[in-house]
Amino acid sequence: MISGRVWKFGDNISTDLMLPGPALALVEKEQMRWVFQANRPGWVDEVRPGDIVIGGRSYGIGSGRPAARSMRNLGIGCLIADSINRLFFRNCVGYGLIALSCPGVSAAFEEGQIAEVSVAARTVRNQTTGQTLSINPIPERLAKLMLSGGIYPLLEREGFIAPLVA
Amino acid sequence: MGMTVVEKILARASGHATVAPGDLIVANADTVVLIDPSFYPGIWREILKLDDPRKIVVVFDHRVPAPDRTVAGMHAIGRDFVARFGIDRFFDVGYDQGISHVIVAERGYALPGTVLVCSDSHTGSGGAFNCAARGVGAPDLVYAAATGQTWFELCPTIRYELHGCLRPGVVTKDLFLWLAQTFGDHSDHNIEFGGPALATLGMDARRTLSTMGTELNAEFSVFEPDDVLLNYIRERNPAPFEAQYPDADATYAERRDLDLATIEPLVALPDRIIRNAVPVSQAAGERIHQAFIGSCANGNLDDLAAAARVVAGRRVAPGVRFLVTPGSQAIYRQAVAAGYIGVLVNAGAVVTNATCGACGGGHMGVLGPNETCITASTRNYKGRMGDPSARIYMASPATVAASAIAGTITHAGEFLQQGAVT
Repeated sequence: MISGRVWKFGDNISTDLMLPGPALALVEKEQMRWVFQANRPGWVDEVRPGDIVIGGRSYGIGSGRPAARSMRNLGIGCLIADSINRLFFRNCVGYGLIALSCPGVSAAFEEGQIAEVSVAARTVRNQTTGQTLSINPIPERLAKLMLSGGIYPLLEREGFIAPLVA
Repeated sequence: MGMTVVEKILARASGHATVAPGDLIVANADTVVLIDPSFYPGIWREILKLDDPRKIVVVFDHRVPAPDRTVAGMHAIGRDFVARFGIDRFFDVGYDQGISHVIVAERGYALPGTVLVCSDSHTGSGGAFNCAARGVGAPDLVYAAATGQTWFELCPTIRYELHGCLRPGVVTKDLFLWLAQTFGDHSDHNIEFGGPALATLGMDARRTLSTMGTELNAEFSVFEPDDVLLNYIRERNPAPFEAQYPDADATYAERRDLDLATIEPLVALPDRIIRNAVPVSQAAGERIHQAFIGSCANGNLDDLAAAARVVAGRRVAPGVRFLVTPGSQAIYRQAVAAGYIGVLVNAGAVVTNATCGACGGGHMGVLGPNETCITASTRNYKGRMGDPSARIYMASPATVAASAIAGTITHAGEFLQQGAVT
């Protein structure tokens, strides 16, 4: 069970908003400081590890840049949206950010409410209103990758890529 | 049960007799394209083993020539990778330079019936060639390069049956904006284009549509094969391929018939594309500071020709920066030979080398605070081309060129009807 405070964002939240072009040249841990700087300045200082981001339709539309990694590095407990861009979702799997599609989720929450998410039971519940919605299924193999830190740990273990030098 | 184009390509690539929406498949990646941002120190993970260097294409496109030392370092990492694995298909700064999706087109790398992946979101561009081409992001790209495999979860397909013919001055960028306005996003769906009007659309025109499929939030945007497409590929790549036609009894989520003659020039208002387009006349008069033509969607020879027709014998309005970035150096050379570059430069346009450039706000025309730009490129998102307070309108190359001359958003018809000599 994942439980956390909800931050709400609207439709068509682009990866440009999560990881603006100029931040691409920065090292990984600096990139997360730029999340939502254009549409919600100061948010990165307010968000806390374990918080939940709820988006509308086509969340993550746009560039294939590693925006999911910045969200993961901010400690987002999970991302839930009415629909998720499929390239962004691939990056969520690849970088190990829990990302769930749940039609209607945006209308079911106000900002600041608590969401309770069960990936196994495929449900999200609004603790305030009691409303429970069902999450779209994720193929088991993808869910396993997403929940276990993504693709790079796997490639590292199998000797396809070099370990990261910290 | 019959299959759509994407289903047939992915069934073949995954070794299944049939596949259907909802299936998760592991597919062989026939072509794996790496671009310069793949090598950013903050993104790159050093690959120790490659499945097959002959499947790899490396293109430096986003930030060429290197505008700063960080990028110069990233290019050096990329060149080392190319040298270590002996990759032949490498496109560095110089004669063969260009945007990866344009290079893939020019070289015929997106073979019909095959699977092509790249980290970049506009990789769907290759769908014009009946190729299941898709942006997959950095982790899946590294996985595909190292193992030769990737995954897809199959989506249902929306089929567009194209009829009629676009009117003069109307292009597939306008058709794209109309699709985004009329039908909204295509989330969790593939798009398949076919029908009698295909023959009226050249490969540049088709590639604008397949590239912009990304902005409809579609999974794949593919075209049914025809002689125009097959001849284009055969002229460029001797490799064998098997084009995939949809089965007569293929199952579609929806079939939509379109009459191309009903489309008019449109412009997307700032910050988003989906359901945000209006006829050019409704945005007319909006003052602009910058006009841009370029990118994987609109840096083609057709696009430069359209711009040249509009600006011939005229001058860019004072206070407007008109930037034109060909999609490849090959297109640049063709445009020089055809006289388009001379016409553009004489009008006051600044023609840059081939690169992604201003489209991504990386270099070659970054927008400042509160500026207004009209662009024929891929995105009008907030902050996309520079300062987040900048307003970005998106339209066809002809509309952008006309706006550069007028200094305000303007319908190109006003210029073309005045009978300028090209």
